[in-house]
Amino acid sequence: MTVKRGNGLRIVVLVLGFAFLYIPIISLVVYSFNASSLVTVWGGFSLKWYKALLNDNVLLSAAWLSLRIAALTATASVAIGTWAGYVLARMGRFRGFSLYVAMISAPLVVPEVVLGISMLLLFVEMGNMFGWPAGRGAFTIWAGHVMFCTAYVVVIVQSRLRELDRSLEEAAMDLGATPLRVFFSITLPIISPALLAAWLLAFTLSLDDVVIAAFLSGPGSTTLPLEVFSRVRLGLKPEVNALATILIGLVAVGMLIARMVQNRIERAQPRDGH
Amino acid sequence: MARLHSRLSARQRVLAILPPYVWLVLISLVPFLLVVKISFSEMEFGIPPYTPLAEFEEGVLRLTLSLRGYMMLLSDSLYVATYLNSLKMAAITTVCCILIGYPLAYCIARSNPRTRNFLLFAVVLPFWTSLLLRVYAWMGILRNDGLLNNVLMALGIIDSPLEIYRTDLAVYIGLVYAYLPFFILPLYAHLVKLDERLLEAAYDLGARPWRAFLSVTLPLSRNGVIAGAMLVFIPTVGEYVIPELLGGANTLMIGRIMWTEFFNNTDWPMAAAVTCVMVLLLLVPLALFQYSGVRELEERR
Repeated sequence: MTVKRGNGLRIVVLVLGFAFLYIPIISLVVYSFNASSLVTVWGGFSLKWYKALLNDNVLLSAAWLSLRIAALTATASVAIGTWAGYVLARMGRFRGFSLYVAMISAPLVVPEVVLGISMLLLFVEMGNMFGWPAGRGAFTIWAGHVMFCTAYVVVIVQSRLRELDRSLEEAAMDLGATPLRVFFSITLPIISPALLAAWLLAFTLSLDDVVIAAFLSGPGSTTLPLEVFSRVRLGLKPEVNALATILIGLVAVGMLIARMVQNRIERAQPRDGH
Repeated sequence: MARLHSRLSARQRVLAILPPYVWLVLISLVPFLLVVKISFSEMEFGIPPYTPLAEFEEGVLRLTLSLRGYMMLLSDSLYVATYLNSLKMAAITTVCCILIGYPLAYCIARSNPRTRNFLLFAVVLPFWTSLLLRVYAWMGILRNDGLLNNVLMALGIIDSPLEIYRTDLAVYIGLVYAYLPFFILPLYAHLVKLDERLLEAAYDLGARPWRAFLSVTLPLSRNGVIAGAMLVFIPTVGEYVIPELLGGANTLMIGRIMWTEFFNNTDWPMAAAVTCVMVLLLLVPLALFQYSGVRELEERR
């Protein structure tokens, strides 16, 4: 077949492309084991930056705060995003549909500084009017993260709902189940793998956000990315390499497990048709 | 069989649609309107650091619209230059993402299904690790004493280190690197759906590969390119972290200016005005993105 022509070129493109994507990550990992405190000079293998990381209480408590915010963000975003995505995929066209789509998809593209300042002003004005929230801190960071992570959850949920076979839901309705019952006993179980993926994505996004957290954080609520950012803008910090390597390791292991589970599920059940 | 939504009663539909709708208005429309409002107020020392627009005193309602922020944006050439430079940098980044991302997405989509899934997984994987840490990695690569210069000097290609770190070039590298997956994913989704028989028909009719690409593949993947390009262009215009970590002091980007106004000068009205003008400049690309999104939803209906 003529389409197969240019296989050599294809491999060159793929190798160059993936080298660009992966060399920075590999360099982070390699230099985290560097004995020299000059990050760019190789001074032999050492685990000393990992030891330094373990004794770095500021970084560790920031990490703990970030993990808690990320878990709460992911949970709330999945709950709200599932509802909003279900409306988008199943409710047909309704009045104000375009505005609905625009409001949902805005956080996906709008620059983060815009999201940050607008959420901050919302909380400040609310504080002025109702006396709540009184100040900035972990709660406002969480609320801001829910706002932008929900958009990603909606994208995942609605695309999963669209490729889903509707006849199951319709059969259940024919048999007299209420819409709520159909949603909880048919739709939700079927889309649950997508919800897990959405939860993990929201968790990751929250754990990585610098800009929105900078606007919404208060005294005593420094998240991990804020702490890392304030350190690395002054230059290279080997303990950050060690932290990065741990995070990359966790993500890689998590993704591989998720992929294996997904493959197993796909092999066990035939794909749902259309 | 009737669609689900046509079987629900009007009340049930309203009950399903209204709560997320109200939530979205509160969390996305209202905050932006507040930014517009505060862009018209005056700076003040206090909490919050801006004046109210409307004051009610002794039976008189006084409305004050301050145009200070906007006047400064227009009169100070630094702001104008920054906006233009941000748009330029975003445009160049988008073009680079297209030039690198298109061949990559094309090669992935043309691989056999098993390899294809694996390669797509490999494109997405970096996305799951912290962007901040990946940008930090580029600091280590691009510095004068960094990995790239060390390798090039060890190979004898250059004698003295290349000055890349803290220049615009470093910012471009960082931006393209960070946003490439956002371009590849929507484009890939279009390319993989493409019916290969169309290409074969073109070849059978004697088209050369380039010609077949230009008249079959490229037009059919147009929506994917537009969606991907907007996903790169719009956030890049207001990007803060990447120019801050990789750029020099004279890398003018609007996200940085806005950050300085807000955090260093605590001039919230000015920061709000900078934000409003940024969104105004992005209205056309935003509309384009929104249009492609709504069309996508309708095509799949």
